[in-house]
Amino acid sequence: MSTTAGRTTLRAPAAGRSNALHAGAWWLWALGLAAAASRTTNPLLLGLLVGVAGYVVAARRTDAPWARSYGAFVKLGLAVLVIRLAFSVFLGSPIPGQHVLFQLPEVPLPEWAKGVRLGGKVTAEQLVFALYDGLKLATLLICVGAANALANPARLLKSLPGALYEAGVAVVVAMTFAPNMVADVVRLRTARRLRGRPTGGVKAIVQIGLPVLEGALERSVALAASMDARGYGRTAHVPARVRHFTTVLTLGGLLGVCAGTYGLLAAEGAGYGVPVLVIGLAAAMGGLRLGGRRSVRTRYRPDRWGVRAWVVAGSGVVVAGLMVWAGSYDAGALHPGVVPLVAPEFPLWPALSILVGLLPAVVAPVPVGGVRGGK
Amino acid sequence: MIRFENVSVRYDGAEKHTLSGIDLTIPEGELVLLVGPSGVGKSTLLGAVSGLVPHFTGGTLTGRVTVDGRDTRTHKPRELADVVGTVGQDPLSHFVTDTVEDELAYGMESLGIAPDVMRRRVEETLDLLGLADLRDRAISTLSGGQQQRVAIGSVLTTHPKVLVLDEPTSALDPAAAEEVLAVLQRLVHDLGTTVLMAEHRLERVVQYADQVLLLPGPGQAPVLGEPADVMAQSPVHPPVVGLGRLAGWSPLPLSVRDARRRAAGLRAGLADRTPEEVEAPPAAAPVAEAERLSLRRGRIEALRDVSLAVRPGETVALMGRNGAGKSTLLNALVGMQTPSGGRVTVGGRTPAKTAPKEMVRRVGLVPQEPRDLLYADTVAAECAAADHDAGAESGTCRALVSALLPGVPDDTHPRDLSEGQRLALALALVLTGKPPLLLLDEPTRGLDYAAKARLVTILRGLAAEGHALVLATHDVELAAELAHRVVILADGEVVADGPTPEVVVSSPSFAPQVAKILAPQKWLTVAQVRDALSGESTP
Repeated sequence: MSTTAGRTTLRAPAAGRSNALHAGAWWLWALGLAAAASRTTNPLLLGLLVGVAGYVVAARRTDAPWARSYGAFVKLGLAVLVIRLAFSVFLGSPIPGQHVLFQLPEVPLPEWAKGVRLGGKVTAEQLVFALYDGLKLATLLICVGAANALANPARLLKSLPGALYEAGVAVVVAMTFAPNMVADVVRLRTARRLRGRPTGGVKAIVQIGLPVLEGALERSVALAASMDARGYGRTAHVPARVRHFTTVLTLGGLLGVCAGTYGLLAAEGAGYGVPVLVIGLAAAMGGLRLGGRRSVRTRYRPDRWGVRAWVVAGSGVVVAGLMVWAGSYDAGALHPGVVPLVAPEFPLWPALSILVGLLPAVVAPVPVGGVRGGK
Repeated sequence: MIRFENVSVRYDGAEKHTLSGIDLTIPEGELVLLVGPSGVGKSTLLGAVSGLVPHFTGGTLTGRVTVDGRDTRTHKPRELADVVGTVGQDPLSHFVTDTVEDELAYGMESLGIAPDVMRRRVEETLDLLGLADLRDRAISTLSGGQQQRVAIGSVLTTHPKVLVLDEPTSALDPAAAEEVLAVLQRLVHDLGTTVLMAEHRLERVVQYADQVLLLPGPGQAPVLGEPADVMAQSPVHPPVVGLGRLAGWSPLPLSVRDARRRAAGLRAGLADRTPEEVEAPPAAAPVAEAERLSLRRGRIEALRDVSLAVRPGETVALMGRNGAGKSTLLNALVGMQTPSGGRVTVGGRTPAKTAPKEMVRRVGLVPQEPRDLLYADTVAAECAAADHDAGAESGTCRALVSALLPGVPDDTHPRDLSEGQRLALALALVLTGKPPLLLLDEPTRGLDYAAKARLVTILRGLAAEGHALVLATHDVELAAELAHRVVILADGEVVADGPTPEVVVSSPSFAPQVAKILAPQKWLTVAQVRDALSGESTP
């Protein structure tokens, strides 16, 4: 009896507004996976990362419009991979290789374009190198796509600090406007048929450009009027000194965040990356918090950061952390050699640490009616 | 609650005042209906209450408007947000967020209301407007009536004392309009909200009004009074009032129920007559035919097994709720959408497979938004383009414009035309190709009675010349006046198809007011009754 009760409480609940996982948690998880991907070029590990992200998306995505973006990101990733390979084939590569696969006719270039090569021999080494590199980029994109599919973008913006509220509104409005404009374009293009003009072609797009923009403008004016009439932009008074201090904190903090992120991703600066990032984040948060004093707004049912959010975000951070650590104890396996060509090995411990990223597929609340396997 | 003191409004660059010398007081807790012809300043008057005129629109307002004691000169719209709730004509351009619940909370968030109060009010509003089942839905997936209710709900959560609505039911089908009006009545009765509402479709709303505010014409003094008194002198009035005036009933009935109770005598007088038969068009080969037509959009079957034939000179009204497939059927007839099954032929061709240039000479469609057809920046340029597109002699279109829309100079920008004029221009452009089949999608949306009467005359003329007309419309009065035949669609299927009197008289939602009053006799319009009565007095 007690075991069933225990099992029931442990099982992920059906998702609703009140237990919805914080959108930030999904992003932290996905960024963790992305950070892990940036640390390796081993195709097996990268494939595993893609698999983990894909499985979680399949298990926990809703049927909301943004959830469909995952497929688009996967396609984008594949496109990046193909482009990377094509560049390597046609523009050559600095990788010295012995295994010539085929020879393209080389285009002779003038003196001033020295260093650039068009065509020429294509080696297996350079292709493998390009493949690894493209795969890494594709994995990064797919991780971002996973976050996009799992986290409601509007809710993510709602959890922005008060000072960023205006920017958030602008983005939300833009997001709802984009589909409207696309619908306008489709409608006007088909309406051209009614005047006896062809509906396709560049000319059609040019001619309907103005009416589409006009429509968008009118809609935004109407929306602005509605927002004004509903109390948008009411502000509270804030002393000038506080305002200046806020600016300094925010700008300084953002600079710190940029520098820190660069350090983290650039592999050379792992030492100073983390502390600078943390200090930058803290300063920016402080600035935003102070900036929020101008706004009189309150928030309706914000997403709460609960235990499940900690676990989801934590799993991503753990994956990233373990991969960074793996870079120090098993660097060879994470970056399989290209010259000479060797088959990439499958390092057990890094692979196991990536599997931690599957945790959200178990802990996150289950979207109702959208998932297989649950009641 | 709302007080106008000698208020005049003039927009920048305008020659005349849009409103002048308005003096009136609207007491608390009343539902006031604002009526008047197009272009008389109804929207301006509504905007002045919410402070959007002049703070947002620009222009000069003289005099004083106070709402609940607050002067709109010193209070911007955002500072009136807790007193006045405003809902514009198009609910979609009103929404800031993407889900129902967030939208309801948005106004309260802006005002800084405490989270627990917000939560309580959202729950109350969801119940009040019957939106509880829709709380997590994305707004873009809702029907028109639901969207309008969400728009009203979104301004109600701040507990405004005044609600200002600009044509809340114009774009809705009859049933959805009832939904919205029921909500408004509940607000007035249960919460004591003052409602000020402008609406063209008086037949839907006039019986709910406590007072009617009439703006008879530009520059004329407004009349505020009991609905029956104001309707007796109003240039715009619903058919029920028209019938009442004709029969000399006093006080004038405003609802079908009132009129029916008075109408026993009239019914007896009309018992031995029948409405003048609308001449059925001569039997001829159909200009358009659909046979077991099916059309899918994604997984949704927008049309299923629809069969329809339209003969020359015949006027067919397509009716049915929003999303029933009316527009889709029209689009299939012009080839804008490709059928997934069945067959469509228009003038012997399959529309979707025929070049647009060929099709314009066989069928013309005036879309819901006539503006979609207008690309040029003057009327003359539009006409020249239309002549070119249709391969017609130059001057053909201009002649049509002059006939349909007298007195519009060549260099007018299409955007500066009124709703009715724009419709006439679009109609002229479409008619340039002399198509034997003419389709109109929701032609009376946004038209006042005068513009509608002009449209009816034009369309009758076209039908008499042998054009076949198909109208997709929610406007039961229009269908009653024009259509030989009514086709009712539901969920993409034809559920009724027959002569207008037979289909509409027995239907609770598609019957025109005159039919409801005089049922079971098959009278449809005031004009029919007038003709029958005058025929009685002459012999």
